[in-house]
Parts: sequence; structure tokens; C-alpha cells
Amino acid sequence: MMCRRQLSECQHLRCSSLDTPPTMIKAILVFNNHGKPRLTKFYQYFNEEMQQQIIKETFQLVSKRDDNVCNFLEGGSLIGGADYKLIYRHYATLYFVFCVDSSESELGILDLIQVFVETLDKCFENVCELDLIFHVDKVHYILNELVMGGMVLETNMTEIITRIEDQNKLEKQEGPYNSASTSSLKAGLAAAPARAVSAVKNMNLPQQIKDIKLPDLPAAIKDLKF
Amino acid sequence: MALRKVKGNLERMFDKNLTDLVRGIRNNKETESKYISQCMEEIKTELRQDNLAVKANAVAKLTYLQMLGYDISWAGFNIIEVMSSPKFTYKRIGYLSASQCFHQDTEVLMLTTNMIRKDLNSHNMYDSGTALTGLACFISGDLARDLANDVMTLLTSTKPYLRKKAVLLLYKVFLKFPEALRPAFPRLKEKLEDPDPGVQSAAVNVICELARKNPKNYLSLAPVFFKLMTSSTNNWMLIKIIKLFGALTPLEPRLGKKLIEPLTNLIHSTSAMSLLYECINTVIAVLISISSGMPNHNASIQLCVQKLRILIEDSDQNLKYLGLLAMSKILKTHPKSVQAHKDLVLQCLDDKDESIRLRALDLLYGMVTKKTVMEIVRRLMTHMDRAEGTMYRDELLQKIILICSQNNFQYITNFEWYVSVLVELCRMEGTQHGGLIASQLMDVAIRVVAVREFTVGQMALLLDNAHVIVGPAAARSSIAEVLYAAAWICGEFSQLLANPKATLESMVRGKVVSLPGHIQAIYVHNMLKLYAHIIATAEEEDDSEMIEEVTNLLLERLPVFVSSGDLEVQERASCIVHIVTYVQKCHKHGDKVGADLALLMTGELNPVAPKAQKKVPLPDGLDLDAWINDPPSESEEEEDDALEKEIFVKADSSYKHRKEKYEPSEEELQKLRDARRAEQASNPYYVKSSALSSPRPNHNSIQVDEIPVTAIDLNVSLKIPGMTSLDKYQVVDGWQDGGKKRHKKQKKRSKRKGQVSSSSEEEINRMHVVNTDIGEMPEGAHLSDDYEIDDRPEDDPHRALDINLDEPLSPNEVLPTRTHYEAHAQRKIESNNEAKLIPSEIPLKMKTRNKKERKEKKEKTKKVKKEEKKVKKKPSRDANLILDLIDPLKETVISDKVPVAANHINGIADAKNKEKTSDDLDFWLSKELSQTPESCMDGTTKTASPSTPSSSKDDSKSKKTKTKKEKKAKKEKDRDKPEKKLKKNEKEIDTLSRNRDEYEETNGTVTQEVEEKLAVPEPQPYSRLLAEDSHIRIVYSTAAMDGVMSEILVCIKFISQSSKPISKLQLILPDSSALKMIRTPGKLVFETGYRLFPPKEMGMAVFQRKQRQPDPQSELVNLPWSLDPGESKETQLSFTAEDVTIPHKLRGSLSYIQDGSSSSSDISLRLEFPVTTFLSGKTASRATFTDLLSSGQLSARSSFTLPNCPWSFPEVLEELTLGGSLAVVECVDQTASLYGRSLHGHHVCLLVKYQASHHLTIDGKSTEGILLSNALDHLKTTLMQKQ
Repeated sequence: MMCRRQLSECQHLRCSSLDTPPTMIKAILVFNNHGKPRLTKFYQYFNEEMQQQIIKETFQLVSKRDDNVCNFLEGGSLIGGADYKLIYRHYATLYFVFCVDSSESELGILDLIQVFVETLDKCFENVCELDLIFHVDKVHYILNELVMGGMVLETNMTEIITRIEDQNKLEKQEGPYNSASTSSLKAGLAAAPARAVSAVKNMNLPQQIKDIKLPDLPAAIKDLKF
Repeated sequence: MALRKVKGNLERMFDKNLTDLVRGIRNNKETESKYISQCMEEIKTELRQDNLAVKANAVAKLTYLQMLGYDISWAGFNIIEVMSSPKFTYKRIGYLSASQCFHQDTEVLMLTTNMIRKDLNSHNMYDSGTALTGLACFISGDLARDLANDVMTLLTSTKPYLRKKAVLLLYKVFLKFPEALRPAFPRLKEKLEDPDPGVQSAAVNVICELARKNPKNYLSLAPVFFKLMTSSTNNWMLIKIIKLFGALTPLEPRLGKKLIEPLTNLIHSTSAMSLLYECINTVIAVLISISSGMPNHNASIQLCVQKLRILIEDSDQNLKYLGLLAMSKILKTHPKSVQAHKDLVLQCLDDKDESIRLRALDLLYGMVTKKTVMEIVRRLMTHMDRAEGTMYRDELLQKIILICSQNNFQYITNFEWYVSVLVELCRMEGTQHGGLIASQLMDVAIRVVAVREFTVGQMALLLDNAHVIVGPAAARSSIAEVLYAAAWICGEFSQLLANPKATLESMVRGKVVSLPGHIQAIYVHNMLKLYAHIIATAEEEDDSEMIEEVTNLLLERLPVFVSSGDLEVQERASCIVHIVTYVQKCHKHGDKVGADLALLMTGELNPVAPKAQKKVPLPDGLDLDAWINDPPSESEEEEDDALEKEIFVKADSSYKHRKEKYEPSEEELQKLRDARRAEQASNPYYVKSSALSSPRPNHNSIQVDEIPVTAIDLNVSLKIPGMTSLDKYQVVDGWQDGGKKRHKKQKKRSKRKGQVSSSSEEEINRMHVVNTDIGEMPEGAHLSDDYEIDDRPEDDPHRALDINLDEPLSPNEVLPTRTHYEAHAQRKIESNNEAKLIPSEIPLKMKTRNKKERKEKKEKTKKVKKEEKKVKKKPSRDANLILDLIDPLKETVISDKVPVAANHINGIADAKNKEKTSDDLDFWLSKELSQTPESCMDGTTKTASPSTPSSSKDDSKSKKTKTKKEKKAKKEKDRDKPEKKLKKNEKEIDTLSRNRDEYEETNGTVTQEVEEKLAVPEPQPYSRLLAEDSHIRIVYSTAAMDGVMSEILVCIKFISQSSKPISKLQLILPDSSALKMIRTPGKLVFETGYRLFPPKEMGMAVFQRKQRQPDPQSELVNLPWSLDPGESKETQLSFTAEDVTIPHKLRGSLSYIQDGSSSSSDISLRLEFPVTTFLSGKTASRATFTDLLSSGQLSARSSFTLPNCPWSFPEVLEELTLGGSLAVVECVDQTASLYGRSLHGHHVCLLVKYQASHHLTIDGKSTEGILLSNALDHLKTTLMQKQ
């Protein structure tokens, strides 16, 4: 009866996940009102196709719910199973969904989502969907300070922000050396309107430039003696 | 050269970075996939370049594309290149990408071992941090094995940030490499007491998770967690711990009893909803585990239910949901308490939120009674009509059936009603539960004889209207299954059919062929049954027209089935065709075959127990593994195997479906039947066909004659095509309630005596009888679950983690350190060192622990000596003690416990240690009130005493400076033992009644704890004399309650020296400016709402202690007991000090009245608090100690020398550890390092050197100069004094 259904779900789960260990937080998904993923973090291995299916399914489950209903959801068949729950919050255009098992406190996770979003808000100064779209890497780094390998790492926002700022500083210090390539050149070209540059880029110039066969200069130069 | 660089730069300028990629994708919405494949090409060229910056950029873009669903595992090698960059920026990109796309089976991972090791050991904290985070996502078995040691090293890092991450990573390491668990566990356990709350919380997290999966191995940690629970301020951690206790209580009911009190307190006091909720959950778990034996657990249940009601009534949907969820847990064990809230649950059923409705449905399951079942089901059915979405509707359907069928239809009184419900359910569109309905229909039809006729009638109608049920929408549902049931029931009970011929006609017409094969098969087979019945009756009535008609009908329709694609259908159909033609032939000859034909189908249906097949005992001499024939030659083996399988499968299925499929010839049948009857007659266990004459006293079945079977007046409306409606049952219900109920009450009550029926107080008559036999079982077999199955799947990694952690480590259990892969010679040395370090470290730890125990022991001995002196003075008083000492029986009990000395020499503990740890837990769980808090906290040291004699023997071997004093002490020790043992026993007996107080004591929240002492004074750790006069003697000891709000706990013991009882003891202890007594039993108050964190400072919930306003009487402490002659009692007071770097004194007085004298006597007291009082050495570990010393935090230094110390080195250490509350970190020969931490977090480290010529030097380092100098002064004076 009920068991039969659950069983089939479990089996489904077992073949889909290459026996990666179960974690307390199995996945963290952020997608917008249209189901476009903005951040995906799976703490259990799924291949890319499966990941997309999970996102789609989760979106379908979550998006049809009113805003004034509870934030817990059971019944995700692709991810989860009997022991797992979806806990989500909806902020403006974004859904933040955590898939967790029974070892996590439901209300605790809701708070964790809140901390996550508040941290994003502090780091990006009035965070909006665009920040997540263009800085998904930074969002990942922030998330990594909250959750590690599916376990809650830190919930203290000031501590989290200190760590993130420290790391950003470190990156900035390294900046002048390494990204001499892109950033300094970019700075040089700062006068040029950014739009124009990106337009050029979108014309797929690089490939064309690369395709241009320059005479094999180095070899020629080698022979020259000043 | 320059030109080339320019070229490179130019190219790179036009490389897209991540932002450009994202923008590009957004600008090319229509041609997204094309655009991305173009980008992929670019990325591939970028990856081919040497420049790491370009590669990093490419990898960053790949990571983004991965999110969109593109496989990027082909770039694994490049990702590793980026990870290995020395620059943090790139490293981070690389690790991020790896954590997104690598998993444990990624092959390139094996290239990363050394690189990750380098990162872990990097100087840059964030390099290691990134590596740890990444590793947590993609760690594989190999990586776990190779890097476990490095992760362990990080556990002792000076940076909490890294410790925290390393602790969490350990969990993953254990999962992949279970062998690491045992060697690493001690260190992990240490982290529970880490000074950093984040690390502590992480350790709790990991251990809780480990324990959740294998709770029994972690029971011994319960005291530690208990302490954390009562002292912690972090709601996150509390929740974890409370959840963990929920998992532990089923294994140890005593633990549950211990927990219930602090948990209910928390429930009362906390305002953090999340914590409240978890507390309730755990209380429920506790109550389930100790469902009996708790006198007032009803109160707790009521409390939980009340609080849950508040949650459910809350406007917050989340709380409502959780409330219902928790309620359903209570329901299982305490349905009565939940049933009171039926209104609430029914209300939730109307909630707009589906999750909540589903939860409410779960609850309904347990709430039905005989009275309410009809009403509830009716409501559910109306919901079902309204529900949109098949998922919820299916859920409702399933719940209705579950509710009705639970416990063998326990709550169903009217089965006609139930059949009508089932028939109604058949009309639900698109349900997936057709099979469920079908099995219910068959169940009722078979087991409830009284309603069989009605059911058969309904089924005939169903068959007649099959086209309605199997409409166009049926394709995606399984509703056709009910036709299976209908056909079978009509066939099997054909004698009850009103019009068999009509039913047969409805079975052969229509679109039967479009049904699934197994249903068709049943159809075909039951046609035969119907046919046989019709022929038999027609022959009796000589209705040859009927015979001909029916035979022709079948012969006309059956060929359709003969050509069916389904084998089963085909086979059965052709078989039946032959039978029918044979019957036709017989009839032509004028023979009557009806009776013979009917014989094919006769035979009773008896339920078979679910496990009956398995329980068939193996006959003697049958060896299933033996070859029946000679084993075939190798080459044929494969074929034979296949053949064999087939044979078995066939045999098996024919056995199972004998009733339906197996059609032997008539003679055979007759023979079988005779044999079976004979066997039934002789088999006492056989359930005879009629339940009425069941010879077996069946506790489950409801005795038939006691339940009046009310014949229902079947009205004609039932026969309306399109099935029955449920409406009339409301009326029936009412009629039943009102009419017959009353006069039957008394009759029933008397009859039901002694009958096991969970609904005995329900006075609703059952109208029908259910056959609730367990079913047929082979002779001698019992229906029991004798297979304990681990329900975890085979591949669950937690299975491997089921490891006993209490067993001491053996020397070969160390984390692997790899040496042969190393590239650099230097590294080789390093890792070699590590390898050496580990095995030597563990025994060392053991040694120090043993020493500690020893010291404790000696201390006790001293105490006993003191007592002994007293005994000499007043021999009559301690007669008990002496009696105990010479009791030979108790002596032997003890000697069992003395372990073998030899094993201790190497510092490798033997199996006795295991016994000890379990003893610890027992001890902790059964601990008596009289325990002082410090002994509660480390019960380890206390119960360790039985092993001490051996270890002191060991001591004597290693240490040559053994004085006579010591020898004497040892003798005392031996005498001390029986006394201890006895006390322990008594404690265990006494425990139950006292648990409550004990809690509060450990809590540190109760200031005036009054307790009875046993006649024999217990050795106290380092008591000092407070005051003494001719009537009373007062001693006290102090302990710093580390972790509990910086309190000092003072145990004051009053020993009567008077011959008369002393009463009205009153302590007067006015606070000094710097030292205050805590007077209110503080309640733990968590301030926030259900948010765990207050809006501003996240993470740490504010933990407040309510301070009562000082009142004039506050300096008075009335002791509510009196002292009988020779008795001693204890009280405990807590103090807080503002400044812990200077010694404090507190003056006060004690007044008491001696019985007989009218005036009270006074003694003045002086409580001294030297600075060492504020120290505790609990968190001492070698690693943190070295960290401390090397960190340069310890700026203050001081030292003193005693040139002529009369004490031996062990005695000095003893003095320092007990008198000075310091902990020995390491002890080598005659040198020891000690550690202590003040209540305010100052560190004190001492180095004690003892030279052969009694020359003692103590060097001290501390973070606080005043504290250090005061401490050393105090130690010096105490050491001098004894001189």
C-alpha cells in the first residue's frame, strides 16, 4: 500500500545516486520564479541530467504553493524519499530550497535560510536576483561558509561576514600580480564603453583573431641578432 | 618575445570572463544552446593555453555551465591544475569547480592527494579552509585514508576556523574510511569541550550524526552530552543534543527518566519555538521508550499535547505543520490524549495548505473509534470529491482504507456500510489504488461471512457496470483491479448470486479483452466457476434450455480468450473450452455432470499466515544442498542451472495459486481432499472452516455468539444500477445508537470479561463477524519475528561505522600515514615523525589518565585515614563501616573486579577498561543525590577505583621513591573498597526517587541542595576544615563549575559530633564586595522567538539567568534538616566572583540548636577561596597545551623553588591537581606540566621539576600576571605548610 509506493521511490533513489553517503543537507537550490537555476549545490552526487530533473521537479512542487502556506514539503520523488523534506523560503523573485533529512530541525533550517539571505544582503548591499546571476561564484563562497559538505558549519552572521571579507581582501591583495592580464588591461580600456567591448566580444572576435595566422614571429626573431 | 606576450594579452582581452558569458547567454535566449556550444569551444581552446589565469577563467565559466546542466567532467584535469595554483584566487575557483562536479568515483581524484595535503598544511588559513570545504564535497575512500592524518592534525590547529572545518570533515572521513573512527574518536570527543563554541557545535554535530545511525555505541557519551545540554547556551547545539537523546533513549530507559525533568523544564521556560519543538519531540521519544514505570508521565504527555495544541492553533503555518507532525508521534502510544483534540484535527483537514491536510490525515488514522469512524470517513469522502489533484485524492483514499482496515477492521461495526464505501471509492477517477480497494473487497468478502451475500450482489453490479468504471480515464489508473476482485468474488461465491446467468453474461460481454492479462485470466477462470454453478442448479431443476444457452454462450465467447496474447489467459481459456465441450457432450448423452463439475471448485478458503511458507519445518534427513542426482559435468552446468531455476519458479507459483490454477483430475482431487480432511482432523492447530466452531482459543477473534448479528433489512434501493449510496448508513448508525444500545450494555460488560479487546469501552455493536485468525501455520511454528533485520540498505555507509568506541585502542590502531608516495625527502621525514608520534601519543594519554585516577584514589585514601582517626576516637559511631569492611562476601565481590596488573604496564588498557566505561554510564545513570557536582561531571575518575591497586603496583615498579607512607595508603585503599562497593549498590537502589534533585544539582541551578547522606562519610575531594566545635564539625570543598556561568560550587559538609540531634541549622553568609552567593534556582531562559538567533547577533541565543532582587533575608541559608548523632549531611552553595585573579575570603556564621538546650549556639566560619579555586584543568590536552605555549599568549611568568621539599614527586603532583585544581598534561619522570583555566578564561601553565635531592622548582606562565603570582603564592604556602 503506502509502503509499496515508498519502496519504489527508495529504489529509484538508490539507482540514481551512486551510493554517495547520505548527508544531513542533501541539496541547496536557488531558482527564480520561472524555475531558472541561480545556484545549485548538491551534497550527494547526481549526474548533470538528474540534477536538472531534480531542479525541475522541485520547482514544480514549490511554485504551485501559495505564499501563505507552510514552508515544508514532502513528496519530492527524485531527491529525498521518506526521510527527506524540502524546506524553502520565497523571497521576491527567488526560491531558496534546502533538501534536508530528519536530523535537522525544520525551524532551524528556516532560520539558516534567513541567515544565508541576510548574509547575501550584507555582502552585495541590497541583494537582488541580478547579483546572484552574475556572481554565482561569490554566492557559492558565501554558502561554503555556512554549510560544509551538507553539514551546518556556522550560523553566526558576523563570523561569516568576517571570513568572507578576509578572503575577498586576500583575493584583492593577489589581484595586481595575477590578473595583470584581464583586469589591468581592462582598466586601460576603461575609457571604452563597456557595452561596446562586450558587443565586440559577442561578435566572437576572439576566435577570429585567434584564427588569424600571424607569421611565426618568434622563430624569425630568434635568428635575428641585434 | 614581447610580441608574443602582446599577442597573448590581446587575445585574452577578448576572452570572455564569467560575466560576459552570463550576459551572452541572456542576450541569446533563442539560440542559447548554440551560443553555449560555441562558448564551450572557446573554453576548450583557453584550457589548452599555459597561462593559469586563462585556465582559471575558463574553469569559472565551466562551473557556471555545469549549473545549467552541462557535463564538465571532461575538464577534470584542468580543474586540478587550477586547484594547484599557488594563488588563493585561482585555488578557490578550482576547488569550487571540483566540489560541483567531482564525486567519489572521479578518477582524476587520485592525482590530487598530495596537492590537497599541501593545501591542508598551508600557512594560509584560507587555503586550508578552501581545501577542507572542497574535500567535504568530493572525498573518496582513498583520499579519506590518505588524508585522515592531516585532518586530525588540523583538529589541534590554533585557529578555530580550521578546527571547526576539520571536525566536520572528520564525519566524511569516517564514512569513507571507517577504520579511522576508533583512533580519531578520542580527539573528536575532546572537541566537545573546545573553548570555541563553533568548534564545540561542530563536534556535537558530528557525534550526533554518528550516534543517530549507531546509537548503542555512543551511550557512554550520554553524561558528556547531558552536561552540555544543561550548560550550553547555543540553541543550535541544544537542538542537536536533544535530538540525539531522542535516539539514545530507546536503548537506555534510565536515561529517559533522567532526561524528562530538564526537558520539561526547558519546555516550560524556552520561548524559542525550534527548541521547544525539539524538546517536545524528545520527550515523546522518551515517553515511548519508558511507556510504563513513570508515575507522572501522564502529566508530561498532557504538557506536550497542550503545547502542541498551541503550536497547531498558531497562525504560522509552519508551526501548525510541525505541531501536527509531533502529535502523530504521540498518537502511536497515547491515542487517548490526542483524541481529545479531534476538533482541531478535523479543522486542519479543511486547511488550504495541502501539507497540513496530509498531516492531519495521518492523525485521523489514530483518532477513529467505533463511534466516529462513519462520520470521519464521510468527511473524508466529501473532501475527496472536492479535492483537486489526484495525488491528494489518492492519499485520502488510502487513508480511508487504512483507517477502516486497521487492526482487522477493529472499528468497523457495519460491514455493509464499509462495502458501500469501497464501492463508492471505485468511482474515483484516476486513482492509483485500485489494487488496494480490490484487496479490501476480497478481504471483506472472505472474512466477513455475514456480509458476503451483500458483497456478492454489489460485485455483480460492478461487473455489470464495468464499462462505467473502466472508462476512458482508466488508462492511467489502476482502477480496473477492482474488476479482478469483483470477478473472483462472484465466481467463488456464485451460489450467493441472485442471477448467476446475468452475471455470466456481463462477464463475457464488453471489452474484457482490453483489460490487463491477469484480470482476464481471473475472468476466464471464474466463468468456469459460474458455469459449474449454473449447470449444477439447472440440472437439478432439469432446465435443459438454460444449460444449452449457457454452454453456447461460453463456447461462443471463449475463443476470443483462447487467442489471447497473454499465456495465462490462453491456457486457462483453452482448458475451459475443453471442459465445456466435454460437458456439452455428456449432456447430449443425457448424463448429469453438474455435481462432478462443481467438485472442481469446492474446498474451503482458509487464511494462510504471512510467514507460513517460510516456517515450514525442514523434514528430517532432507538436505536441500545435496545433489539429488549425480552432479552434472562442468560443461553442462550452466544449462542445468537455468533449467533448475525454471522448475523451481514453476513449482513455486503453482503452489501459491493452487486455488486458482491447479486443476487436477477429479480422482486426484478427491484423493487430495480426503487426505486433507484426514490431516485437518488430526491437526489440532488447524483452523476449521467455520469460525463458530474454532477449537483454538483465539485471543484475537471476537467470539461470535457474543456479538449479535443484526440482520439488516435490505431495501431494494441497493439493487439500483450504479451501486449503493452511503446516505442510508447515517440513519442506520443513528438507529443503532439510539435503540438497542442501552439494554445491551450490561449484558456485554459481563460477557466481555477477560476478553482482550482494545475497544471494550466502546459500546457499539458489531453487526458482522470478521475472521481475524492469523492464518494457517505449519505445525509447531510460531508467528514471530525471529529474524532481526537491519533495515538499512546493504550499501549504507553507516553500517560500517557500527564500531564499538568504548574498547581501548590497541597500538596498531593508528591512522595510516603514507610514506612511499612522497616526492621530497623532507616530507618523508615529516611524515615519519607523524607516524611515530601517533602510537606513542595514545599510550601516553592513557598513562596520564591512569595517573590521574591514581591520584584521585590516593586522595580518597587520605580521607579515609582521617575518618579512621575519628573511628578510633569514637569507636561506636562507625561500627557500620567496620562491619562492612570485614564482610567476606563483599570482599569477594570486589576481588572479581581487580584487574590483572600486568596489562597496565605498557599503558595499554585491557578489556577491564571496557567494563569500566560501561560502569561509568551505569554509575552516572544511577548516581545518587549525594554526589557532589564535580564528581558528577567526571564520573570516570570515580568509578575507576577498582583498577587502581594494580596501577599503583605498576607505579611502584617504575618509581623507586616509594615511601612507607604510600604503602600504608595502599592498605587503606583496599579497605576502602568494600565500602565503596556497598555504597554504590545502595545508590542504585535509591536512584529512582532522587533523580529529580540530582538534575538540578548538575544543572548548577539549585543553590541549596539538601540531601541525606549514608552513615559512612564519603571521601571528599580535598575537603578543608571550615569550623569545628564540640558538637559539630564542618568541612568544605570547592570546585569551579567550568562552563556553567563561571560559578564556584562549594560543598559544605556538616558532621555531627554531638550525642544529641542538632536542628535548626542556619548559615549566615553575607556577600562580600567581590564574591556573591547565587540564591535563586535560576531558570534557563532563551530569549528569542522561534528564530534561533536574535536579529543582531546571530548564532548565540541569549542565555539569561533571572536574578532575584536581594532581600533582607538573603544572607540567611536555612538548612531544612536536622543532624542525628553521628550523621553527616551536605549542602551546596554557588558563588560568583567578579575578579578571579585574587584570593577571596568570606566570613559568616552558623547557628544551630542542640536538642534539649533552649538556646542556639554559634560558630563563626571563614570560607577561603584561594585563586586556585577558580581554576579548572578540564580541557587540558597536550595539543592545545603546546599550541598555547607556542602562541606567545602567555606573557606573564613567575616561579619559585623549594630547596628542601619533604614530599615525593607524586605527592606534590597530587597536591597540585587536587588542591590547586590543575590538570596534568604530561608527565615524564620527575617532571610534569600542568594546565588550568580560570573561570574567566585565563590560562595557567606550570612546569614542575623535581630533582633527586628534594629540590622542587615550579615555573609558571600565564595570560594573567596577578593570577599567576597569587596562585604560585598559594601553592607555595600549602606546600610549605605541610612541611
